[in-house]
Amino acid sequence: MDLSMLGALTRPLREIVANKWFNRIAVPVVIGFAIVFPLFFVGASPFINNTVQALVYVVMALGLNVVVGFAGLLDLGYVAFYAMGSYAIGWFGSEFLYPVNHQKGVHFLVSRLPGSLPGVHINFFIVIVIAAALAAAAGAVIGLPTLRLRGDYIAIVTLAFGEIIGNIAANGDQLHFGQYTLTAGRQGITPVDVPNLPGVGDFSPLNNRPWYYVALALVLIVLFCNVRLRDSRLGRAWIALREDEVAAASMGVPIVRTKLLAYATGAAFGGMAGVLLSSYTNTVNADSFNFSFSIFVLAMVILGGLGSIWGVVLGALALSYFNTYGIPDVLGPFLKNFGLDVTQLGFGIFGFVLVLMMVLRPQGLLPERRRKLEMTQGIGADESLVEVNA
Amino acid sequence: MGLLEVEDIHTFYGNIEALKGISVEVNEGEVVTLIGANGAGKSTTLRSISGLTPPREGEIRFDGERIDQLPAQEVVRRGISQSPEGRHCFQRMTVRENLELGAYLRRDSHVQEDLDRVYELFPRLQERERQKAGTMSGGEQQMLAMGRALMAQPRLLMLDEPSMGLAPILVERIYETVAEINRQGTTILLVEQNANYALEVSTRAYVLETGTVALSDTSGALRDNPDVQRAYLGT
Repeated sequence: MDLSMLGALTRPLREIVANKWFNRIAVPVVIGFAIVFPLFFVGASPFINNTVQALVYVVMALGLNVVVGFAGLLDLGYVAFYAMGSYAIGWFGSEFLYPVNHQKGVHFLVSRLPGSLPGVHINFFIVIVIAAALAAAAGAVIGLPTLRLRGDYIAIVTLAFGEIIGNIAANGDQLHFGQYTLTAGRQGITPVDVPNLPGVGDFSPLNNRPWYYVALALVLIVLFCNVRLRDSRLGRAWIALREDEVAAASMGVPIVRTKLLAYATGAAFGGMAGVLLSSYTNTVNADSFNFSFSIFVLAMVILGGLGSIWGVVLGALALSYFNTYGIPDVLGPFLKNFGLDVTQLGFGIFGFVLVLMMVLRPQGLLPERRRKLEMTQGIGADESLVEVNA
Repeated sequence: MGLLEVEDIHTFYGNIEALKGISVEVNEGEVVTLIGANGAGKSTTLRSISGLTPPREGEIRFDGERIDQLPAQEVVRRGISQSPEGRHCFQRMTVRENLELGAYLRRDSHVQEDLDRVYELFPRLQERERQKAGTMSGGEQQMLAMGRALMAQPRLLMLDEPSMGLAPILVERIYETVAEINRQGTTILLVEQNANYALEVSTRAYVLETGTVALSDTSGALRDNPDVQRAYLGT
């Protein structure tokens, strides 16, 4: 088999995306389709359920793409920001802090049901903003120790940071502050408040449509921010930093601030996605903040094409659906013939797909035009050899 | 008072003292050259001035104000930009994008005029405006690195080995442009290993040896100095 076949198949796709008409016609059509299509499914449809999750992953992948794709800082601890977002809704949108205000609770712009419960209950959309701020601050904190590092060493520090946050989440029930603990540990926090948005229907497990629209709105906002950032002065600075740090510094790009802004921006998107995912799954589960989650999101970015916004959206959707349908429904029955249990092999299959991808199309499904150059012509490929002390 | 005054700076890479007390002065309108062998500290001097590797001791003043502990972007903002050693063009950006990055800190409306000026100095860059920097020849990339540094509208332009790895005919062209940039009013601090051309375009020069200034004089006098001729001019 010709190994370049996949490349040949997707090449026209890339040219379509590069076309200016794509932005004028295809984007509105895709958005229009995204708005209409859930109406053809019942509210409790598992497909809509999986799509909501896929959209949350799109937000996370777009956030990670700012750090890894735009600024070129390999972040292996992205799960930390998902955790920050989860605890934002756990703290400010559940009964977790029940002793507050003599067990009468604190309520702000919430509907009647959470309005009568103890604990802090702040409107979901305000919690999203809080989570973005918390995660951005955490992102800047993780950025600080990596400023003097480059390449693989950044990856190691961020990996450790993700593990630290995960362990704090799992053991936070031992950290007492008066009558409060930091987290609920492995016991988890449940139930979690749902968005309060009049007019779009009931946010319940039986009706996924309102969730879908909130997720879609978040995707569109984050997508818009990504496109604007990429084309901004800051976006150009990130790419300059990624391409050549010495040159960027000599041109007056403030290295420290530019790097920290990349971490903070990426983290903020991760935090927002964390709020939505925890609210949607109705739980803040300390066991879900593990390394494999970071890798899962990173794989989406790489699969789609580092630095390419549309590629990353495609990569996130593809891997998310592959995880929810491809592995259990397609590969599952097939592997069963050989006596293999697919639930045990999920990550192995994942790894295999990624290896296959690296062989067939290392630049990603829809590569950024600069990356493409590196893969096909070797330009800029030796940048890691340039040693600097900037 | 000189435009740039470097006074007894000591710069370290870890524990290694690369500059052991260097003093250099550049006056407004001059072209000053630092010559010296590999490892003499020429590039480190430029990096100390630009804030990429700040000196541990000593003072650097620009226009009378201390700049030795400022971050690199502040140094650029005050009017010193450099074309770094090894050119360091943004390989996967177009010529145009590279030049635009040179104007990164500027918020005035005259960027387009400076772009035109750079294209006038280096017509080749205009021809290749949309080409990726990494696909160009070494000489073209050198032009781009110089043009990019000019886009910051510097009062002092620092050029680190502009002749490195270039064919003699190209070196001559580059130096003609260096002289032209100076004629248009930009002060230049030049670092060269290949001293012939550098001493021709510059007014004064410093000879660096293992992190110290061994000799300083007018360029003409240094060209006639037999020791300099033997060590750096290859005659």
